[in-house]
Amino acid sequence: MSEKGAFAVTTLLDRTSFGAAANLTCRECGATYPLGPGNACEQCFGPLEIGYDDDLLARVTRESIESGPRTMWRYGGLLPVTPVVDLQVGGTRLVRADNLARELGMKSLWVKDDSGNPTHSFKDRVVAVAASAARTLGFSVLSCASTGNLANAVAAAAARAGMRSVVFIPHDLEAGKVVTTAVYGGTLVAIEGNYDDVNRLCAEVSGEQEDWAFVNVNVRPFYAEGSKTIGYEIAEQLGWRLPQQVVVPIASGALLTKVDKAWREFGSLGLVDASPYKVFGAQATGCSPVSAAFKAGHDVVAPVRPSTIAKSLAIGNPADGIYALDVVRRTGGAIADVSDDEIVEGIQLLARTEGIFAETAGGVTVATLRSLLASGQLDPAAETVILNTGDGLKTLDAVAPVAKPTTTIAPSLAAFRASGVA
Amino acid sequence: MAVTVRVPTILRSYTGGASEVSVDGAATLIELLDKLEANHPGIRARVLDDDGKLRRFVNLYVGDDDVRFAEGLATPTPDGATVSIIPAVAGG
Repeated sequence: MSEKGAFAVTTLLDRTSFGAAANLTCRECGATYPLGPGNACEQCFGPLEIGYDDDLLARVTRESIESGPRTMWRYGGLLPVTPVVDLQVGGTRLVRADNLARELGMKSLWVKDDSGNPTHSFKDRVVAVAASAARTLGFSVLSCASTGNLANAVAAAAARAGMRSVVFIPHDLEAGKVVTTAVYGGTLVAIEGNYDDVNRLCAEVSGEQEDWAFVNVNVRPFYAEGSKTIGYEIAEQLGWRLPQQVVVPIASGALLTKVDKAWREFGSLGLVDASPYKVFGAQATGCSPVSAAFKAGHDVVAPVRPSTIAKSLAIGNPADGIYALDVVRRTGGAIADVSDDEIVEGIQLLARTEGIFAETAGGVTVATLRSLLASGQLDPAAETVILNTGDGLKTLDAVAPVAKPTTTIAPSLAAFRASGVA
Repeated sequence: MAVTVRVPTILRSYTGGASEVSVDGAATLIELLDKLEANHPGIRARVLDDDGKLRRFVNLYVGDDDVRFAEGLATPTPDGATVSIIPAVAGG
């Protein structure tokens, strides 16, 4: 795929560097390629995915996982690379959300809170795999197109690994996400356009800068596998079993498909009972191409121009949208979307009931959970997990207008007594 | 004047490794793809499926505009324009 002989590079590497991975396989036409950089099939442009050696996967047991580190790398036997770059990612809390469940009339609800990762979003998981793959493949520059969370994760991982980072973001990102990227000292390029414009530019730049590893372009097959670890963790933290329902926010759709892949793998490897589960997708109405396709019964996703406060989900042309549709339909779930006002209410609801401050994407998920309950599409009696993918401190602007001091008073007892606070 | 076509890495085997090629006298995208095929046999079938439609995992841009937001394969390709062929599976 690369003219620079990336395949030749891989042949010099220790085969075990790629864990249980065997090849790159086109998801559409099944063509296979040697492990290396590349994200699209040369025959049909379909997405390349990691193909695994089933015998190597079968060596993974509950015991081998439990004896591993308390990070995502405890599932290293199911990942396509060994850890070269490690920021101690994963092992985030699974919180029993009884207060929120009561408020929503649900029986059993959990929040998988991935804001606890090193750069405060689930993107540390994908970057851990992508950065390790990039290093293993001989790249020295780590790059990406990002809606913000990925920018944080790439810049931090590159700093840790001693690699140069070049991160591309839309120019109108939340200030918090700009600061929390730039602080790591890499090159940060703001693009005068939306995420889809940035993504398109990066796809073109990756064809020119072939010595740069764009985590979500030319090493995307590796990168995407990192999201499986959030699914593995949920199953292990529930006591080696699967929940009955899960609600996942959709941007590109990759996370949703990888949670499903993780649970299918765990089931087929006998690590959990392959009990049925339903996967639900959550989008912001201002960028809801996958939800629109679901509601219309379409199996293609028409691109849209995003306009929502949930900027981390603002991908108008989602690469894995059709696969997210497949997963949701196969499992009997649904996809819904919520307004910006509902997103803010969702953030407040989770904070007020469980003490968890989610970014806008988490607000989308909570609000969508509520919407799916109201529409009867999600069963309140079935055990449910929702994913909070990022920290509310990253998107303070979204809630600043409604999260203010209750009152401001003079520093005197008289003022306190008069305030009505007591 | 002509139209410049930016060729993605995975199609450069058809263009002798060139990342950009020039096409003359094509008024629309579909004409451009026909001329591209004449110069670089095999490349058209990589971009279009057996029914002659744009493959689902290919994005085509004329200038900055995604042709799926414009007139698809009937989108005009004026002299001096740049057409980009980009694998859709990226990002997120």
